[in-house]
Amino acid sequence: MITDGQTIVHLASQLTLALLIVSIALTFIRLVRGPQAADRVVSLDLIAIMIVAFLGAYAVHVKDTSFLDVAIAYALIAFLGTVALARYLLRSHRRSKQRSTDREEE
Amino acid sequence: MSALIASALLIIGSIFCLVAAVGMLRLPDTLIRMHAATKAGTLGAGFILAAEAVVAAELGTTLKAIAAIVFLLLTAPVAAHLIGKAAYHQGIHLFAKTWIDELGDSLSANGQVAEKSSSEASDESADSDE
Repeated sequence: MITDGQTIVHLASQLTLALLIVSIALTFIRLVRGPQAADRVVSLDLIAIMIVAFLGAYAVHVKDTSFLDVAIAYALIAFLGTVALARYLLRSHRRSKQRSTDREEE
Repeated sequence: MSALIASALLIIGSIFCLVAAVGMLRLPDTLIRMHAATKAGTLGAGFILAAEAVVAAELGTTLKAIAAIVFLLLTAPVAAHLIGKAAYHQGIHLFAKTWIDELGDSLSANGQVAEKSSSEASDESADSDE
């Protein structure tokens, strides 16, 4: 019975890893195609969250809990990177304030 | 039993991540795409980390998984707020069916955006007065 449970978790973690790879690939399409810089920052943020999920699923898959530490550290670094990119976008906008009249096309 | 719960959490979390990716690809506008990215993505990652907590069933690992979930829940709204603010001020193209834009209205009332939008607003108010 215990081995049955372990095989179930093994299969479920394999399926989870496959679905996460597909999700990261789909998000990568948006990263390449995104018409503006903000789209790329959003997709990078989503890819970082999915990599944290991937690390959690991989920790289940190989039964090694030290990947959780990697997930926490990666979440911290990804948050800092996202904040830095957002502030870069804001500052690059302030430097060229004249061009911000695209709103009229909405 | 805990194996079944962990498997269900893993599958649900991965399906939420897949929904987030599909929304990221299909939704029409940066701000609408951020719905999919921040909410569904964080929920999926939280489910998968909770599955790790259920599988390990030790105090240290469970606390680490809960700490990771809490960290994600704390940082995702902050990052999303910053990205949304930067994106809006950069002048993204809003979805064509957007019908409420309170930040744009208040910005044009302060005269910080182009004069054309404020003159349009005054024209509209004059029309409504007539």
